[in-house]
Amino acid sequence: MTKALISVTGLDTTGIIASVATKLSEMNINILDITQTILDGYFTMMMVVDLDGAKMDFEEIDKRLQPVRESLKMTIHMQRMDIFDAMHRI
Amino acid sequence: MIETGEILQTMRMIQEENFDIRTITLGINLLDCSDSDANRCAQRVYDKICKKAENLVRTGQEIETEFGIPIVNKRISITPVSLICQEDPMPIARALDRAAESVGVNYLGGYSALMHKGATLADERILASIPEVLCETRLLCSSVNVASTRSGINMNAVREMGEIIKKTAEMTAEQDGLGCAKLVVFANAVEDNPFMAGAFCGVGEPECAINVGVSGPGVVKVALESVRGQPFDIIAETIKRTAFRITRVGQLVAREASQRMNIPFGIVDLSLAPTPARGDSVAHILTEMGLEMAGAPGTTAALALLNDAVKKGGVMASNHVGGLSGAFIPVSEDIGMIEAAAAGALSIEKLEAMTCVCSVGLDMIAIPGDTSASAISGIIADEAAIGVVNNKTTAVRIIPAFGKKAGDRVEFGGLLGYAPVMPVNTKGNEAFIARGGRIPAPLHSLRN
Repeated sequence: MTKALISVTGLDTTGIIASVATKLSEMNINILDITQTILDGYFTMMMVVDLDGAKMDFEEIDKRLQPVRESLKMTIHMQRMDIFDAMHRI
Repeated sequence: MIETGEILQTMRMIQEENFDIRTITLGINLLDCSDSDANRCAQRVYDKICKKAENLVRTGQEIETEFGIPIVNKRISITPVSLICQEDPMPIARALDRAAESVGVNYLGGYSALMHKGATLADERILASIPEVLCETRLLCSSVNVASTRSGINMNAVREMGEIIKKTAEMTAEQDGLGCAKLVVFANAVEDNPFMAGAFCGVGEPECAINVGVSGPGVVKVALESVRGQPFDIIAETIKRTAFRITRVGQLVAREASQRMNIPFGIVDLSLAPTPARGDSVAHILTEMGLEMAGAPGTTAALALLNDAVKKGGVMASNHVGGLSGAFIPVSEDIGMIEAAAAGALSIEKLEAMTCVCSVGLDMIAIPGDTSASAISGIIADEAAIGVVNNKTTAVRIIPAFGKKAGDRVEFGGLLGYAPVMPVNTKGNEAFIARGGRIPAPLHSLRN
């Protein structure tokens, strides 16, 4: 399984989770875990997703998230989970 | 499952504390490119590098994107050119520069000669061509090994290198002696070093290998901010933990690059390599430990602790550790070192003492343009003696700044930074350097 972390940060607005989740679902990307908080109106969400369902490479997935970034005016960052596992788990 | 706090910590390290992979360096063996015809040799060298390193830069960029970790440099290290050059080395030098340009790497290292015991005809040809090569080429880096613990110090080579450094500085005077920033003189050079300017692919290396150098002085500095006032035991432990995390990412990147390029993984170099950016300084780790500036009394002890803890933490995190492995203290590439040198807190003599306990040597130090070749040779000999006697790698990368005197400033730009010109002891040593010959290898028993 190729796991990735998608972090979404920016000013809180309506429909953030819905927009991101819809886009992921269109690409057949399964969401494994979500955490989300709002601090002083600042929205922070982290999603762990499984990229294997998507029949495209990492760069293409990232590119397709671009319209979501633009419409929500949020920072959306995707990176492979391996880096967190390497750093924090033996 | 990874916790949110851990994810945020990793992100903070990358985004705010300048954690990056400093380099993926592809080592390429060129022994099979040797030919008695210089142009034919040059063509073979060009073809082989272009083929082997075809995907290096793209692979590096892919890993960068997918893992979200910057990989600052993609580089190539090759078999020392003196081992493949049977004729005029200039066509090979030009071919190397073109090959580096064509595959898109930042630097190519290995315009080198290993002459710690003596020089071959090829070594002499390489040496004589270094000033012109470093002036004419853009991406080529050169290194010369003049001493080793097993064979002693080749003082003929030391004498020649003083003159070559001076000539290189003169020929690149318009760029503040930039040529000398691409030239290192080593004692006990290592075969798998991924860092420039001293990278080359040693004869004991495989056909190709992926070597990775990590970096993150900013991360260590921030980690130490949380243990202010605590005893050194805690400091050492904190550095070890941080170095472990940094190196694990280096190992991950090395493994990915190795798999994607189908080239064996060589080593991870456990290094703390600074840049001139604020928050990316090794010197500021020392100041965080309680010194006003790098160079204050206690600096050597602080650096010894740092260097040792980085290795102890890192060695557990990687399958194979190698290269130079340790904290680097280049003057022009480290904002804390620049400030200390400009304030007069650091002298070449103090830097020499610091090199006894860390990697690698007198690095990126600008000296007055009128410094004599024999004085430069003397500095090289002193540094080589430290390496040879203490069984470690040492190096000298100094830049005579033509037309400038102590206190003036030189600018190299980019990662090479800028530096104040530091004074050199002007007492004569011509008769010492003129002797030549070889300083015998030291005894390695009766150690006291």
